[in-house]
Amino acid sequence: MTGEGKGLDSVSIALAGSGGAGVMTAGNMLLEAAAQAGYYGLMTRSSGPQIRGGEAAAMLRVATTPCDSVDDRYQVLVAIDWGNVARFAAELPLDAASLIVGDPAHGEPPEVFLKSGARHAPVTLKDIAKKITGGWPNMVALGLLGGIIGLPYAALRAAVERSLKKGGGALAASLAAVQAGAAEAARIGSSYALAPAPARTARWLITGNQAAGYGAIRGGVRFVAAYPITPATELLEWMAPSLERVGGTLVQAEDELASINMILGASYGGVPSLTATSGPGLSLMIEALGLGVAAEIPIVVVDVMRTGPSTGIATKTEQADLNLAMYGMHGDAPHLVLAPNSVADCLRTTQWATHLAETLQVPAIVLSDQFFGQARAVLERPETVAFAGERLRAAPNAADYKRYALTESGVSPMAIPGTAGITYTADGLEHAERGTPSSLASDHLAQLEKRARKLASIDYGEDWADLEGEGELAVITWGSCTGAVREAFSRARSDGITGRLLSLRLLSPAQPEKLRRALAGVTRALVIEQSFGGQFLRYLRGEYDLDCELTSFRKPGPLPARPDEIHRRILDWSRA
Amino acid sequence: MNAPAPAAGLKPQLFKSDVKPVWCPGCGDYTVLSSVTKALAALEVRPENVAVVSGIGCSSRIPAYTTCYGFHGVHGRALAAATGLKVARPDLTVLAMGGDGDGYSIGGNHFLHACRRNVDLTYIVMDNRVYGMTKGQPSPTTEPDWDSKLAPHGTGLREFHPLVIALASGANFIARATSSDPNGTADLIAQAVRHPGFSFVEVLSPCVTFRPEQRNWKEMVHPAPVAPTDDAARAARRLMTDDGFNIGVLYAGHRKPYRPEMGRPAAEVAELETEFIL
Amino acid sequence: MTAKKKPARKTKRATPARKTAVRAVKRAAKPARAPSAAYADFMVQAYAMENDARDRYTEFAEQMDMHNNPDVARLFRKLARIEGLHAETIVREMGWSKPPARTEAWMWRHSEAPESAAPGDLHYLMQPYQALELALESERRAVSFFSGMTHSTAPVEVKRIAREMAAEEREHVRLIREWLKKFPKPERGWDQDPDPPQQSD
Ligand SMILES: Cc1ncc(C[n+]2csc(CCOP(=O)(O)OP(=O)(O)O)c2C)c(N)n1
Ligand code: SF4
Ligand SMILES: [Mg+2]
Repeated sequence: MTGEGKGLDSVSIALAGSGGAGVMTAGNMLLEAAAQAGYYGLMTRSSGPQIRGGEAAAMLRVATTPCDSVDDRYQVLVAIDWGNVARFAAELPLDAASLIVGDPAHGEPPEVFLKSGARHAPVTLKDIAKKITGGWPNMVALGLLGGIIGLPYAALRAAVERSLKKGGGALAASLAAVQAGAAEAARIGSSYALAPAPARTARWLITGNQAAGYGAIRGGVRFVAAYPITPATELLEWMAPSLERVGGTLVQAEDELASINMILGASYGGVPSLTATSGPGLSLMIEALGLGVAAEIPIVVVDVMRTGPSTGIATKTEQADLNLAMYGMHGDAPHLVLAPNSVADCLRTTQWATHLAETLQVPAIVLSDQFFGQARAVLERPETVAFAGERLRAAPNAADYKRYALTESGVSPMAIPGTAGITYTADGLEHAERGTPSSLASDHLAQLEKRARKLASIDYGEDWADLEGEGELAVITWGSCTGAVREAFSRARSDGITGRLLSLRLLSPAQPEKLRRALAGVTRALVIEQSFGGQFLRYLRGEYDLDCELTSFRKPGPLPARPDEIHRRILDWSRA
Repeated sequence: MNAPAPAAGLKPQLFKSDVKPVWCPGCGDYTVLSSVTKALAALEVRPENVAVVSGIGCSSRIPAYTTCYGFHGVHGRALAAATGLKVARPDLTVLAMGGDGDGYSIGGNHFLHACRRNVDLTYIVMDNRVYGMTKGQPSPTTEPDWDSKLAPHGTGLREFHPLVIALASGANFIARATSSDPNGTADLIAQAVRHPGFSFVEVLSPCVTFRPEQRNWKEMVHPAPVAPTDDAARAARRLMTDDGFNIGVLYAGHRKPYRPEMGRPAAEVAELETEFIL
Repeated sequence: MTAKKKPARKTKRATPARKTAVRAVKRAAKPARAPSAAYADFMVQAYAMENDARDRYTEFAEQMDMHNNPDVARLFRKLARIEGLHAETIVREMGWSKPPARTEAWMWRHSEAPESAAPGDLHYLMQPYQALELALESERRAVSFFSGMTHSTAPVEVKRIAREMAAEEREHVRLIREWLKKFPKPERGWDQDPDPPQQSD
């Protein structure tokens, strides 16, 4: 990572402490300051189970290039206190090159951290803060960290000012604390300064949840009904006021059965609609998703996956809802499943999902996850794409209107309530073309074919997957693993390994022809995913005829995928 | 989307589709269907501006028998779908309809919250105190000693009291109707639709196949002896002591309906980006 | 599977006796002057009543079609036609260019239009005899409705026409009684079905 002499291209830092210490606030400010200074960044967080007062850690990666993954090690760990911070040891890997800063007032750092061989430099954060009227240790830590990674004071000041808009005494005290912290950084001396920031471009600071919400609104969603669940709640919290501004609304439903049925009702009424949830909620929605398929009502369901089964680990990430999303429904129920593969892509993929759902009159499930959803990223301003929901609507008084007409594409014009002369009943019962219930074998077959045909009727273009590189080896992955895999693979390339990286975005309908072309000439492929049982591997085996040899590398949650272990795995596998 | 202009002079027949009901002859649901068509004619709405939303059950088959926009969803979720539709499309007249099993058992939670949310829609339950469609199992409103294959000695459970629960949960209009009086039921439905907020009409609608004794309901019903009240406490007392056969409007309140603003954007979509821009 | 013919239902075909063919009954000419408001109101109501009765029988016929009971379906259709003729007679007599718009006229609060047959009494295995019994009940209700009017405080011209209509309905009662004689009374157990009900959803 070290660009000789000119500083680091990427640095990872963690700020930990007990409730009340304000580590999240300071972490957010640090990310903003880094962004102000022209760097890219990614912040994730971890916390204990307590509602208030629990230990927490803000984990940041700041870099000269966009980062879609956490790094292997943390260069710096600063703890305002050590109360139960040791629980984060697995999430905060350190090594001999790392620096631990603790406040001697709170004792020695826990052994789990010290045994990494990291250097320990005590800083009396609390005492320093005390000397400033209204000063807080977290602001001292902010200045300290800013100093350690070489952020200019102006950037730190701008970030503090932005979040303490009130100004006045609190602002002055915070800035004084930041300066005092920066002075400590100079005192302890360190070699974690970043390389100069790249040229400034248009950047955003956004979470994956916000990005998905914004993508949905861009795609035309104006009605949301949902029931709160970690880690999807922030998506809803962002959407509620945002929808209001653009003429939409969000209804908090009594449960997920209600939310999915509410959005089916709203979309039946002609308004593009969405709900967001996590695994337990998606499980409750499955029956109604089948109704959406049968009655051909477009909806978007964002599943921000967390560690399962059951309540699992609600605040942690995993990619194990794939089976449910793909195969959960009863009957033959073709539908869309898409997965973003970066925080920025949460926007694009959710917008695309909305567009596809509306175009094909079918439910779309978007598999985001906790890692994306709750990560805040500084990224290149995403390009504005033209995907917008466009539903084929029936004209008033159309002669002999048949809602479920067997068209060539399988998509038939939808009558929107309020339109005269073409009323019909949307039905989950198998139906004839008019929508009237039918149990005839011929109608069942015709409608099954129609619903399957729709999904095969359009060209999904290049967006179905991201393909990089060439060679006889391939690494196949999806979702939030992609960032770590990409980083690992680029290291493997420097080790002289050539191969392709394929990250699938459109999971259903499967694209066998496109996959065949993408993997033409590949003899061996390594399948990387974050599930215990290998759901993605089985998906690939089930949906595609792959003539290369498949090897699986999988790990369940709750820890995010890290490049180093993937890198090692790729090396072993490619040399085997 | 503004409210559509009134359409005078429409015949009830116009609201009846050419799909023939699968209901047993004698089933109360037939008359509920004709009451609905009469009420809609009297309300001077056009079929395309009305949506009939239902769940699953014999009674829930009703949407396709009308010429309105219909939504025949999944079991128990009619109120949720109707809520989404009405919030998204406040210009429509929305009727949610279905059975006692659909509304009080599998959909019980939605019933509570629909009353509480008070969206301007009308919920019509065709209560036959049985699961008709699945061949005669006890529902939440079935008498404790009614025996059936699944509960050979009766359920032994006290009946659910939908009207009291609706009142306690915040419904804005509560009426009981009987399928033996299609015109009276039509009138009650029309009043329910006109009343702002969530209106609940429980219709005694016999299942002649699994509860043939309910044919006698027509002798047992009687007009409620007192005028409707807007006093919830008084209504509660009346409902708690009522014999289950009082027909009429039993409560009409003044709660403000839930109606979030839709379709009036104050900002362009791209303006939402400003909070992300560095 | 061999295509077995469905056994024909044992009931006789419901061909109504010739006498029941409906003639538009000649009533005393309407008042020379324009009809009074009360008279016109009454006729609107009478028209609605006949119409409701016709719609009801039509519905019954459709239910019987759906449930494979063609004899009773035919009979209900016939009854519907009769009520329809009555309605048309009223339109003609009143000289209406088109039937009056039904405002609230159908709203007999807390009661049915007197001549409408009760829907709850239908059964898919019912026989023509029972259908006629149903019709007989309706006609009787119509008789008492109209004769009730003659004792009311209504204006004389209304009472007079009500009396005529009551007589007409009484005639129907007599005809249906005749008609009933043509059909056997259902035997005990007429509603037995060896198979259990179906379930679908
Ligand atoms: C999720 C689900 N569970 C069970 C059923 C089977 N089911 C269909 S209708 C019904 C009960 C209907 O009873 P009610 O709502 O009272 O309607 P009725 O037939 O009496 O009009 C049941 C249990 C179903 N369709 N879906
Ligand atoms: S089973 Fe009962 S509820 Fe269902 S149609 Fe027949 S009579 Fe009606
Ligand atoms: Mg029921």
